Amino acid sequence: MTAVRLADVQKTFPIPSGGETVALEAIELEIGTREFVSLIGPSGCGKSTLLRVVGDLIQPTAGSVEVNGKPAHQARLDRDYGMVFQAPVLFDWRTVEGNVRLPLEVMGFAPSERDRRVREMLDLVELGGFRSHYPHQLSGGMQQRVAIARALAFQPPILLMDEPFGALDEMTRERLNTELLRIWAQTGTTIIFVTHSIPEAVFLSTRVVSMSPRPGRITSVIEIDLPQPRTDQTRESERYFELVTEVRESLRGRVSSSAARARAEGRIG
Amino acid sequence: MKARGGRILRTALGIGLFLVLVALAWEAFKFLGGDPWRLEGIGFFHDPPFRVLQANDRQLPHLWEIASALAQPVQRNQDQTLGQFLIGAALFTWREALIGFVLGALIGLALASIFIHSRLLERAFVPYVIASQTIPIVALAPIIVVGFGRGLVAVVIIATYLTFFPVTIAAMRGLSSPDPRAVELMRSYAASRWEIYRKVRLPAAVPYLFTALKLAATASIVGAIIGEGPGGVPEGLGRAIINFNQQYVSGPEKLWATIFIAGLVGICFFLVIQLAEVVTLRGRGGSASRA
Ligand SMILES: Nc1ncnc2c1ncn2[C@@H]1O[C@H](COP(=O)(O)OP(=O)(O)OP(=O)(O)O)[C@@H](O)[C@H]1O
Ligand SMILES: [Mg+2]
Repeated sequence: MTAVRLADVQKTFPIPSGGETVALEAIELEIGTREFVSLIGPSGCGKSTLLRVVGDLIQPTAGSVEVNGKPAHQARLDRDYGMVFQAPVLFDWRTVEGNVRLPLEVMGFAPSERDRRVREMLDLVELGGFRSHYPHQLSGGMQQRVAIARALAFQPPILLMDEPFGALDEMTRERLNTELLRIWAQTGTTIIFVTHSIPEAVFLSTRVVSMSPRPGRITSVIEIDLPQPRTDQTRESERYFELVTEVRESLRGRVSSSAARARAEGRIG
Repeated sequence: MKARGGRILRTALGIGLFLVLVALAWEAFKFLGGDPWRLEGIGFFHDPPFRVLQANDRQLPHLWEIASALAQPVQRNQDQTLGQFLIGAALFTWREALIGFVLGALIGLALASIFIHSRLLERAFVPYVIASQTIPIVALAPIIVVGFGRGLVAVVIIATYLTFFPVTIAAMRGLSSPDPRAVELMRSYAASRWEIYRKVRLPAAVPYLFTALKLAATASIVGAIIGEGPGGVPEGLGRAIINFNQQYVSGPEKLWATIFIAGLVGICFFLVIQLAEVVTLRGRGGSASRA
């Protein structure tokens, strides 16, 4: 079944000084239910914009976004999305528990059901012992796990994650990767995941989508055929390295070919 | 817990220390340039080396003279002491100020809430809000009295007028302080504007509001005291200041005592708000973790 279908999506931002930025152009992408798709590409190529278009936080300039067979706007009203940003974006006046409970309050879950889910989610991200702590009392990695628990608490069918582990050290990041895969397998959500790390994208995903900037386009979609479940051995397997290389070349290949084109057209040096 | 009480204690100690320093400077000034000291009780006599007009016993009475005036009758042949009278007047003025403070805070918060949700209304009205504060209160007070008649209402309106402005400005900043992503997060939950206001904007504005409320607390006292004159309200500190000012020649200590009590009311109000702030914001971390 298709979870997300993007058809010829375009997004331009007006520039105050005149003209416009083409953040996304001719985006065609279909994501199946329970897929784990990573978006990768240089800074400014439109990854966050694409995520925000899918989540109906901004409107595409042209094209259509369909989520679970309905327009993205309807999907948002139906509370189909869980969002995780690069920064945890926790509310410092709420405890860990209070932060995870926030979406449940907004969505009108019964108090007993809220408590049950909050407890369950905090156990899932292994923060059961920190429920009454305030965000500033947690490490960056723990805060990010709270954000993940919050996004999962209402069991959204689609999880949109924008560089959630960007600010973490390598060890914490790898541990959270493994946790995320465990949660993904357990909950059966569809995940769209933005990252700058090629190894992370390969390790996590069923498919890796690489993008190029100005205008932001999809340059290639690489199937990641590593066996599930992914473990530490996955990171040492030969196929893993092959795929990392393939993704890297897909990104670099684009850069060199467009640079060559630019040179041919006399735009650079 | 310890840190919480600690902050109030530190503020109170700081104010106490400041008052002690002022008292020392006061008496040192008199020691150098005042009238001769005659402390019969302990047999201390001192002739200051200089004579400075501003340090004589009429301009600047000894602090103990002011203190002892508190225990003497407020008027000849009356039972009530000056101290009792001033405490009564202070409580009266505080009550006026408190009503003005609460109204001003509510109006300020309401205005800010409207302005942050409507760019149009913000553009249209914020300049007037700012312009309103350029009218000197001494000019405005008589106009308000003409409009609303003499009495408590006029005084409360003047206190309100001095209170709402800092609250409006701070609340506008506070209500728009949340990380845009925090608002996007709420939108991803299909939260209504009201829910975003109640669960994100308002809690995020609380620290900003308290900063303004502390300013407003002292401003509301000033407003009430100033308003009592033209407002024709005789029970408060404002009228006491006017009266004792007229009687200054016969008893300068009374005016000074009134001024000290007025200052004390402002400090107490400030400390009450700060206590409320510390209790309300406990647990919150630094701005680093603010969403
Ligand atoms: N709200 C906005 N207004 C104007 N331009 C925007 C806006 N949001 C994004 N852009 C522009 O769109 C382009 C893509 O931005 P986007 O944030 O999607 O990039 P990104 O791929 O997420 O980059 P990064 O990896 O650095 O996060 C950029 O050129 C950016 O300047
Ligand atoms: Mg981004």
